[in-house]
Amino acid sequence: MKFNRRKASALGALAISAALVLSACGGSSDGGDKGGSGGSGKSVSVTFLPKNLGNPYFDTSDKGGKTAVSEFGGKFSEVGPEKASPDAQVPFINTAAQQGINALVVSANDPKAIGDALNEARDAGTKVVTFDSDTDPKYRDLFINQATAEGIAKVQVDMIAKQIGDKGDIAILSAAANATNQNAWIDLMKKDLSANHPNIKLVDTVYGNDDDQTSFDKTSALLQKYPNLKGIVSPTTVGIAAAARYVSDSEFKGKVQVTGLGTPNQMRKYVEDGTVQAFALWNPEDLGYLAAFAAKALVDGTITGKEGDTFKAGKLGEFTVGKDATVLLGDPFQFNKGNIAKFNF
Amino acid sequence: MTARTYAAHAKPLWQRALLTREFAIITLLVVVYLYSRSEVPAFDGPLTIYYLLLDAAAILLIALPMTMIIITGEIDLSVASTVALSSVLVGDLHQHGMSIPMAGLVAILAGVVCGAFNGFLVAYVGLPSLAVTIGTLALYRGIAVGTLGTKAVTDFPEKWTDLAKQHIGDSSYPVIVIPFVVLAILFALLLHFTSFGRGVYDIGLNSEAAHFTGVNVARTKFILFVLSGAVSAFAGIYITLRYGSARGDNATGLELQVIAAVLLGGVSIFGGRGALHGVIAGVLLIGVISSALRLEDVTVNVINIIIGLLLVLSVMSTSFLSLATRASAGMKKRSSKSSDARQQLASAHHEGKN
Repeated sequence: MKFNRRKASALGALAISAALVLSACGGSSDGGDKGGSGGSGKSVSVTFLPKNLGNPYFDTSDKGGKTAVSEFGGKFSEVGPEKASPDAQVPFINTAAQQGINALVVSANDPKAIGDALNEARDAGTKVVTFDSDTDPKYRDLFINQATAEGIAKVQVDMIAKQIGDKGDIAILSAAANATNQNAWIDLMKKDLSANHPNIKLVDTVYGNDDDQTSFDKTSALLQKYPNLKGIVSPTTVGIAAAARYVSDSEFKGKVQVTGLGTPNQMRKYVEDGTVQAFALWNPEDLGYLAAFAAKALVDGTITGKEGDTFKAGKLGEFTVGKDATVLLGDPFQFNKGNIAKFNF
Repeated sequence: MTARTYAAHAKPLWQRALLTREFAIITLLVVVYLYSRSEVPAFDGPLTIYYLLLDAAAILLIALPMTMIIITGEIDLSVASTVALSSVLVGDLHQHGMSIPMAGLVAILAGVVCGAFNGFLVAYVGLPSLAVTIGTLALYRGIAVGTLGTKAVTDFPEKWTDLAKQHIGDSSYPVIVIPFVVLAILFALLLHFTSFGRGVYDIGLNSEAAHFTGVNVARTKFILFVLSGAVSAFAGIYITLRYGSARGDNATGLELQVIAAVLLGGVSIFGGRGALHGVIAGVLLIGVISSALRLEDVTVNVINIIIGLLLVLSVMSTSFLSLATRASAGMKKRSSKSSDARQQLASAHHEGKN
């Protein structure tokens, strides 16, 4: 008797949990049905797969993607893992292949590990666009590049030149001494400075190793060593934030300009208190917006990823496909007191 | 032994077979699967089973030794770190010119060493497995990440990466199912049809009593941890080849997915109770639910909430039952003072089993 009752309630409890699971399935199946018809009808279904969910940077880019998809009347969805790891991204790519999504817009957690899954999705007819972080070119139809080294170098030179009146001593606070990206940018900046800004003198380049405290100490040392310093350029988000923090609390505030590459959430305080006039990065919202329009152009057959193909991307205008099936978003975006409030990443 | 199965054997065979947690999980799996096939768009496609098994394979494999370890009342939290260590070893050795089978063999040996280290500390030094394997979780992961740093080895021969994803003939089953089925049969035989396996249950119910009835408690636990290390290393090779990428952060958090599936499959975290067919159904149930919900564009957080609730409800169901059993036993005792010792013994064993 007792035994029976026990087993009966075991089944009862499991039936309740089954009901729970099933009702969860049922509740969302309305949305799914729409997705099914989206594939077969005229509207283009675009799925955004960022490196991970809950990341403000990707929330911003997905927002841009969503805006674009609603502008061209497609079906947008955003999926992704909790952790930014390649093995966690693969099931979502597989799911897109099963659903027969028209286009998948991915920021890759690994240039190779998700490649086979992407190719399986492409075999199933899905167009693959990478943005932010590319895969090997053989695994995708198009890469939306946020910025080129030339563009990043130029915007930083332009900003510092404008901020110090195109005259005076400046220094660079970089990441690690062997950081490939930073060194390439610094070389380009040096060329630009000597060619176009003869009155600006680069007195020193120091390395904060992308460590907040080291960058902070190096800023302090620079300012002691070069009393005539007019500006500090930091082509790394850790460095610029540390330099701005030092300068904002010191007597140099307003006298020494800090600029470089940063993110709005880190830099908001220093832009609002006047330490920093402007800094640059790309606009992730535009990046997502462009990626969605590029995905649509691929699905419609307007472009195939061949060099020289052109397509229109809503409010951003016309874009041309470059070498290795790459589309460049454009010049880096400058954040200043006037526009920083609009960004949250 | 007799006391443990006393109550269960009091019922006819068909009731004993059907009215179990394992059977309930299998039923739920079939119900959810059939429901998804008819209601979830694209779920009935040929790729669903294929991807589902590819994703679940590592969990299925590691769940086999994990089931036995949990039945003894111990736990192994270091499995995912062993997977990562094995993955990194395969990558690093291959990078230095070793062939994949050789590198795989070394990785499995390393897995055996990892498992033996856990097993030695738990079985012979007598430390609690929870503490030991939390330590080795960090230790093995640390070695894995330290070996490759932030780099990833990705230049594996296509022959091997394709093998990890290959279909069996024209079916929708990937070849990884074959080693799993072989291992599952071996583990099922070991757990359910040998004296070693009966020893595993006895240790979980009462390890001192098991010792006095002649079970070599330490050796049994040691062997189980070694098996766990070896199977985890094998899963590591599979994961490396499936994603074509050896990284120190591979399989992060996999240990909790394995343990969740084992518990959902009806194994008691206190030991002494559980069966492999329930565990396999538990892994597949989680796989089917996640796959169906992903196809519905449900976000990963909601999927986790649903699987978490399912797990809590299924674990709670047994706790409620044991409360109910105790209450009804108490009532009987009060109403008729003639309730004999055997009755009490049986109800005590119910509590132990849950």
